[in-house]
Amino acid sequence: MALKGNLRDFTITQLLNLINLAHKTGSLVIEGGGESIQVYFRDGKLAYAQDGTGDNSLATILYKAKKLSAAQHQIIQQRAGNISDKELGLLLINASYLTQQDILTSLQQHFVGIVKRLFTWADGLFQFENNVRPPEDKITVRVSLENLIIEGTRRMREMEQLQDEIPSLDMALKFTDRPGANLRSIKLSVDEWKVASYINPKNTMRQIARATKLNDLEIRKIVYGLLQAGLVEIVRPEGAPVITPLTRQATQPAAKHEQVSLINRLIRRIRSL
Amino acid sequence: MQTVKMVITGPFNAGKTEFIRSVSEINVVSTERKITTASERIKETTTVAMDFGRITVDEELVLYLFGTPGQKRFDFMWEILSEGMLGFVVMVDSTRPETFREARSILETFRAYAPTPYVVAANKQDLEDAWELDDMRIALRLDSKVKLIRCVATNKESVKTVLLELLYSILAEMDETPA
Repeated sequence: MALKGNLRDFTITQLLNLINLAHKTGSLVIEGGGESIQVYFRDGKLAYAQDGTGDNSLATILYKAKKLSAAQHQIIQQRAGNISDKELGLLLINASYLTQQDILTSLQQHFVGIVKRLFTWADGLFQFENNVRPPEDKITVRVSLENLIIEGTRRMREMEQLQDEIPSLDMALKFTDRPGANLRSIKLSVDEWKVASYINPKNTMRQIARATKLNDLEIRKIVYGLLQAGLVEIVRPEGAPVITPLTRQATQPAAKHEQVSLINRLIRRIRSL
Repeated sequence: MQTVKMVITGPFNAGKTEFIRSVSEINVVSTERKITTASERIKETTTVAMDFGRITVDEELVLYLFGTPGQKRFDFMWEILSEGMLGFVVMVDSTRPETFREARSILETFRAYAPTPYVVAANKQDLEDAWELDDMRIALRLDSKVKLIRCVATNKESVKTVLLELLYSILAEMDETPA
């Protein structure tokens, strides 16, 4: 029987712990926030992982790991479109382009990266199917889960702390009017610059994260850094419906002058206490 | 009879119950329980659901003051309490900088629930080890436009000042909002 549930109730760390302790073999599919990730395990160890939206081909993984140049990657994509990962791996080793270790290390880093992304998912439907193996043409690895579980727990703690600092991603950001703060003179990373380029009271942090392809943890980390540096502040998004205090009470619609009058009555009463 | 409400929030032991008690015309309806967690045993009891105070304005209008539970495990009450509020006061214990981060987080959470006007009350300013307002503003990362008001929750005049500042903020926002 498939193991099904939601990460809200059973966290990814708990899932990995279960797979590790029970030496499970099978596939874990997790869907959440429009994304889907599939991870395969063999005897309780990570064997293979793929991102539902990304390019999971060996050529692209090696290119991203800087083991292939852009030109080599392009040639492989054009001329060896139908070649399987295993065949491509053998070709590259036989042609002395790469060693077996290069390929396995790159794959391992890629798979671990995919699993680590799951640690930032607080919500998502999961399903574990016993004894389902990775596609035959894919190269698999064997990665112990213990270190991943420890790393995941640390990330989740970090996420919880950042959530305390930035509880809602539906708020917007604006640059502070701090005199003397010149963004050009501050050293920012590529991702921080990307986020900075979208900072505008019209854009919520969630929209910025989507546009810059950052997950919740990554956007929170960057925003937290910018907040600590005093460069930005959190504001209500422009254009969001402004809920004025008294109009929120649907049963008591009041004209503006009535609202003002009500507040003045309150002020007089408090003064007279 | 029209009723309006304000919410008094802040971290554990910030002085929310005392604040409401100082101005309420009824005995504050408090849902306090003995504290069981050793780390939170700074005081004997804590609010577990809400405090509830009342100020009758006239025959047609009543102001209710709701105090939120300070302990994080009761934060499910916050959204319920924030529904329909005129504005809110964030109480901060000026002598306990370790709670400033939580105060900031509570402030952000309430702003997300309802973007109504708010003020921050720096409570326990009568104590020797109370932080200066300017230092608290930096530590709490408060914009210069946010009102940070000196407060002693056991002093009625001090509590009145905080409530009046919140009402002035509400008025000011109404002035800015098109009719």
